[in-house]
Amino acid sequence: MTREEIKDVILEIIEDIDEEAEFDNLDADAPLRDQLDLDSMDFLDIVMELRKRYQLQIPEDEYPELATLTSCVNYLEPKLKDA
Amino acid sequence: MQQSDSQRIVITGVGLTAPGASSLDQFRANLLAGKSGITTLDLRYMGVHPAGICTFDETRYRKKRENKRGSRAGCISVYCANEALEDAGITFEEYDRSTTGVYLGLTEHGTVETENEVYNISKFDYNVDYWTHHHNPRTVLNNPAGEVTMNLGITGPHYTIGAACAAGNAALIQGAQMLRLGEVDFALCGGISECVGSFGIFASFKSQGALAEHPDPIRASRPFDMQRNGIVISEGGCVFTLERLDSALQRGAKIYGELAGYAMNSDARDFVLPYGPRQQQCMEMALKRAGMDAGDITIVNTHATGTRQGDVEECSAIRKTFAGCTSTYINNTKSSIGHAMGAAGVLELAGNLPSFTDHYVHPTINLDQLDPDCAMQGLVSGEPQKLARVDAVLNNSFGMLGINSVVVVKSFVAG
Repeated sequence: MTREEIKDVILEIIEDIDEEAEFDNLDADAPLRDQLDLDSMDFLDIVMELRKRYQLQIPEDEYPELATLTSCVNYLEPKLKDA
Repeated sequence: MQQSDSQRIVITGVGLTAPGASSLDQFRANLLAGKSGITTLDLRYMGVHPAGICTFDETRYRKKRENKRGSRAGCISVYCANEALEDAGITFEEYDRSTTGVYLGLTEHGTVETENEVYNISKFDYNVDYWTHHHNPRTVLNNPAGEVTMNLGITGPHYTIGAACAAGNAALIQGAQMLRLGEVDFALCGGISECVGSFGIFASFKSQGALAEHPDPIRASRPFDMQRNGIVISEGGCVFTLERLDSALQRGAKIYGELAGYAMNSDARDFVLPYGPRQQQCMEMALKRAGMDAGDITIVNTHATGTRQGDVEECSAIRKTFAGCTSTYINNTKSSIGHAMGAAGVLELAGNLPSFTDHYVHPTINLDQLDPDCAMQGLVSGEPQKLARVDAVLNNSFGMLGINSVVVVKSFVAG
């Protein structure tokens, strides 16, 4: 998957959690939780959805890698390169 | 002995969703018209069966994402609680959220969510890594009441009452007791059921020979009829706002009725089979607490679910309790909405509360050929019965493991 495709997947998962999520002014380098109405349970939903879709096992100590949209893409890019 | 107004408990608001109705007005109109709310449901592993499904505005009081996160029971509870508050005109300027209690009755909880998760991981070779983190908060037994407190910012006590199909009445009793004790100043109480989402509940009734079957779903729920063959499972919810009379009068509340008496007891004999003599004792105890004679009751709203033995046991208990009561009428609400389990007692009570003002006894429907063992004087069937006045409703609600509950609500008379 390309970086752009990974970004789209993340946004699609967030939209599935909260269909009212607004992405127009999203700062890709700022924490997602500060900009969107997401809490810890939603965050675990993102982790679970990545596991279901791509069989990705993300260790708990690596969750901070998913803090921003850019860090998500950076972290997932090597893991999803063949997806 | 006349109780003080601070010990008299009144119902001041009703919020509900039942098969075919999502407001008390709609529910009452259906009951008086003899209209069934039963349809069919195609359920995983079970196929198509008659069932009672609730259609209501699920996003009226909370967002879709919150419904997805919570349970179906929570979704129903939040709708009913908000509707009850709106009906009662409560905005929490009258009462403090910290002294408001939420007490909801459940037959069971967590079955639907657990079945769904097992099905979910079955698609991942039963790898529990795919089991949702939402499972525990959805299945803790306080879930439906807790979802109400989160939605409404209520910081007083909340919990659920597990009491099989007597649960709605049990929660109503709990709310009244907490108000009388001064533990809370205002209570939201009622019963909720999401059980149509569980194949296990359908399958268990089927294995027991107690699941209703009929080619026409609206004819499937038929208590007291010779052709009855079991229970029609329904989902539903009903929440009442309960207040002490002095507080209700002070704020000029509309009063649906006064909780005059109640009783609960146990058969102590069988897991599933009901026992008429103990039901009779329960009715007599409720009447005694209400300071009433059997003849003071205008309407007996039966629990009867459409099972062979259950209906006969209750009818026998009613015949003995109300022998010679020529101005007492008897009806059944499940014939129209099926069995809403934990919600049944309060939903059925709610369906009869308008009798105090419209003076009708809603009919039992689908009673084409009365089982002689279910014959009762005053049984209202087919058409509503118009009366000069309705003074008191006695509501029966019984459940598995031999749990019996009876609630007596009387027309409110000041003084």
